[in-house]
Amino acid sequence: MARTYEPVIGLEIHAQLLTASKLFCGCSTDFGKPPNSNVCPVCLGLPGALPVLNERAVRLAVRAALALNCSIVETSIFARKNYFYPDLPKGYQISQYELPFSEKGWLDIEVEGRKKRAGITRVHMEEDAGKNVHGRGGDSLVDLNRAGTPLVEIVGEPDLRSSAEAAAYMRAVRDILVFVGVNDGNLEEGSFRCDANVSLRPLGETTFGTRVELKNINSFRFVQRAIDAEIARQTVILDGGGQVLQETRSFDPESGKTASLRSKEEAHDYRYFPDPDLPPVVIGEALVEEERAAMGELPSQVRRRWVDELGLTEAAAQTLSQHPGYVRFFEGVRAQVPGLEPKKIANFMQTEVLRGAVVQGQRVSFSVSEGQLAELLTLLDAGTISGKQAKEVFALVEGTDQSPKAVVAERGMEVVSDAGELESLLRDLIARNPKQVESIRAGKKQVMGFFVGQVMKATQGSADPKVVSELLEKLVTES
Amino acid sequence: MTQSLLSLSVTELAERVRGGAVPAVEIADQSLRAIRERSDLNAFCHVAEESALAAARRLDEQRRGGRPLGKLAGVPIALKDALCTHDQPTSCGSRMLLRSGDDGREHGWRSPYDATVVERLRAEGALLVGKANMDEFAMGSSSETCVYGPTRNPWDPERIPGGSSGGSAVAVAARLTSAALGSDTGGSIRQPAAHCGVVGVKPTYGRVSRYGLVAFASSLDQVGPMARDVRGAARVLEVIAGHDPKDSTSADVPVGDYEAACERGVSGLRFGVPAEYFGDGLDPSIRAAIEGVIAKIEAAGCTVTPVSLPHTDYGVATYYILATAEASSNLARFDGVRFGKRVEAPGADLQAMYGASRNAGFGREVKRRILLGTYVLSAGYYDAYYAKAQRVRTLIRQDFDRVFQDVDVLITPTSPTVAFRIGERLDDPLAMYMADVYTLPASLAGIPGISVPCGLTTVQDGRDSSPELPIGVQLLCPMFEEERLFAAAAGVEELVRAT
Repeated sequence: MARTYEPVIGLEIHAQLLTASKLFCGCSTDFGKPPNSNVCPVCLGLPGALPVLNERAVRLAVRAALALNCSIVETSIFARKNYFYPDLPKGYQISQYELPFSEKGWLDIEVEGRKKRAGITRVHMEEDAGKNVHGRGGDSLVDLNRAGTPLVEIVGEPDLRSSAEAAAYMRAVRDILVFVGVNDGNLEEGSFRCDANVSLRPLGETTFGTRVELKNINSFRFVQRAIDAEIARQTVILDGGGQVLQETRSFDPESGKTASLRSKEEAHDYRYFPDPDLPPVVIGEALVEEERAAMGELPSQVRRRWVDELGLTEAAAQTLSQHPGYVRFFEGVRAQVPGLEPKKIANFMQTEVLRGAVVQGQRVSFSVSEGQLAELLTLLDAGTISGKQAKEVFALVEGTDQSPKAVVAERGMEVVSDAGELESLLRDLIARNPKQVESIRAGKKQVMGFFVGQVMKATQGSADPKVVSELLEKLVTES
Repeated sequence: MTQSLLSLSVTELAERVRGGAVPAVEIADQSLRAIRERSDLNAFCHVAEESALAAARRLDEQRRGGRPLGKLAGVPIALKDALCTHDQPTSCGSRMLLRSGDDGREHGWRSPYDATVVERLRAEGALLVGKANMDEFAMGSSSETCVYGPTRNPWDPERIPGGSSGGSAVAVAARLTSAALGSDTGGSIRQPAAHCGVVGVKPTYGRVSRYGLVAFASSLDQVGPMARDVRGAARVLEVIAGHDPKDSTSADVPVGDYEAACERGVSGLRFGVPAEYFGDGLDPSIRAAIEGVIAKIEAAGCTVTPVSLPHTDYGVATYYILATAEASSNLARFDGVRFGKRVEAPGADLQAMYGASRNAGFGREVKRRILLGTYVLSAGYYDAYYAKAQRVRTLIRQDFDRVFQDVDVLITPTSPTVAFRIGERLDDPLAMYMADVYTLPASLAGIPGISVPCGLTTVQDGRDSSPELPIGVQLLCPMFEEERLFAAAAGVEELVRAT
């Protein structure tokens, strides 16, 4: 008899910190350089070379931990994780093990309207490995440009109960890290990736089942698919009376299935011990407070403020707070036109501006400037141009430094709000379309759209539809 | 030309070169010739003839140009082969760092950079004449495990010079150079200094940069000087000591005036004699020599007090857990991938390449220590060995803290025996490890120590008695009290010479 199982999921996320140089040497962290060009004796693991901790990395790590509501541990220790692999030049990875610099955080996620708080066990610093490139003829090449790049590993509590929750959690972590300026959120380049621990237990059971670790998942879609595939696999095993083996598996997006990488017996004994080359990391109160200040508003705080104080809808607040660049742009426009209803800025940004926005890590490039948008929305708000015209003007100024005002003047796009001109147009239309007039009088208000449309056509869109509607209503009722 | 220049002390030689009395080229010449003539001692694995002569010529030009010369101008110095040099090969006494060159011969690894201590020596005008032999990866007390064969003691070529910095000690003792750098993890400077009759200093942990020293046990390794007199060692230490931003464990503590401290002598110092360093296993002639020194110190008006360091007995066990643990990790980078030995059977996989390369590259003692260290760090054993040894290390450190409340300097033998015969302990690792019984505790505590020659003795060697062999007395001080250490050592040196 098939039973119902409850999935228990915890994620371990690796996020690259946005430092100019590596965690323990001065080499650049630039992505995309020729292989083995960002290297030195330290990150090549040459004999005699020693690590020196990058203070900037510590600061960004602290900021990440604070943003994830973790407490900061004043004295933490770097440890060596020992294993052999060609992309690991020293034969060990410098990481944190027994005493990480932060612990006990949490994060709120929302899935299908249900809110949930997920625990974070710890956040620790570590260095990234290099990259093995498997070439032709069985030869493998090693590129150590990435070796020594600073990472934070964010270890989540096994609090997630579905693949959708896992994806929401991964997204929320990404958004927060990008927001506070510590990560570029670039999953394709591997600067944000995760491992997922998945186990099943009969619904109602409180002890955990045997967990399987899914390695190196680098997209939100794959995390969901990988976990679903693993849940399906484990369900078949348990339903058949079998036992899930503790092991590490990988997800193949092609087949949609997970496959075993190594069993528990084959698992490495990493022989962690404190790295004698590095003194304990001491993170003082002053540094913590500086990073707390540098952190600024988190996405959730921005959303709450926008909804509560500016009257934005939840959906608009959600969309516009996806990237710190969007928030800066929105707030920048708002500051230039303080009298304008924030909702109007939000609407125009959602429908027009975001379409032309290109996100590149921490940076967003917009097709217009804050000033151009502020000027355009002022014209719209004053009724100088119609909403339709605003879109046209937007399209005209995109990618240029032209002022919307100048474009409007140049093209004679000012709204025809001369009541006399509009009235004569409308009277003419009413006379030629008595049937439609009757319908309006009979209460079919939607027919008004026909007349408004005709006027807009006749004025080539330069009439203000609001004014037209009002005038039409007046004329229809009086005649 | 006679070889008399190499009989001069470091300080005398440097002053003559600075004053223009002696051209540096002449010194370089004499040193290089001496190294060639005594190649039987096997003290050097690489002689840097051209670069040493070039450096000497530059010095002489500099002097003729009226520009000031450094504190070690024209002083020939041997570097232990564990120190990275950009212009000389570095092999750490191991086959692991050799690779076949285009000429079909094996060559040592070429470091792209200089160790910080090497940079500092160059900046002060030292002539770096070559790389000195050592036990493979500094693991040994006899300099026999070197890939280039055993180094011989100039007092008796049938005997070991001590180790692991044996080549450095021999270079100084045989007057091939005026000074040398060694590295000391558990006694590797002090013990060979004692066996070769020279002065050897293990500075406070953190006093000297480790950047560019091929790591054996990172929490214990220190680079230090060897010279024929205390003052020479003091000058070399002054040059190499001091904070290095490239080594996070180097201390930002000001370097003292060590040479000036040598003028102070022993007066006013309170000496302590730890009972645990005079127990079973101590050669009676060494005991007598140390007691002789103690008598002279007392006669000079110093107080000498018996003290106790109760955890001394645990030193060897503690050391061989911690040092091997760190070594097993430090030596992981020698994997055949980026440099050094690589052995690949056709079609063999990655694991096979690792295994074959490391099997061919490492010698027996190194393998033994990697295995030991891997074991003590393994899951399920970590607490019983590594974690426990760390706690014992704290106890050993506290022993010293306690006695240094009452005394200024500890005086002990450096080694329980004089130099033993080549081959005698190679198959008995425990006997080999006991050679460092008196030097290990200071390494574990991180405190500075020095070995000063204090006499000669002969030992019965079958039916014959050996040639005269040197004895060293060890002095120990609290962390960063190198000035006091040099004052005491120079005082003891003077009292010994006065006899």
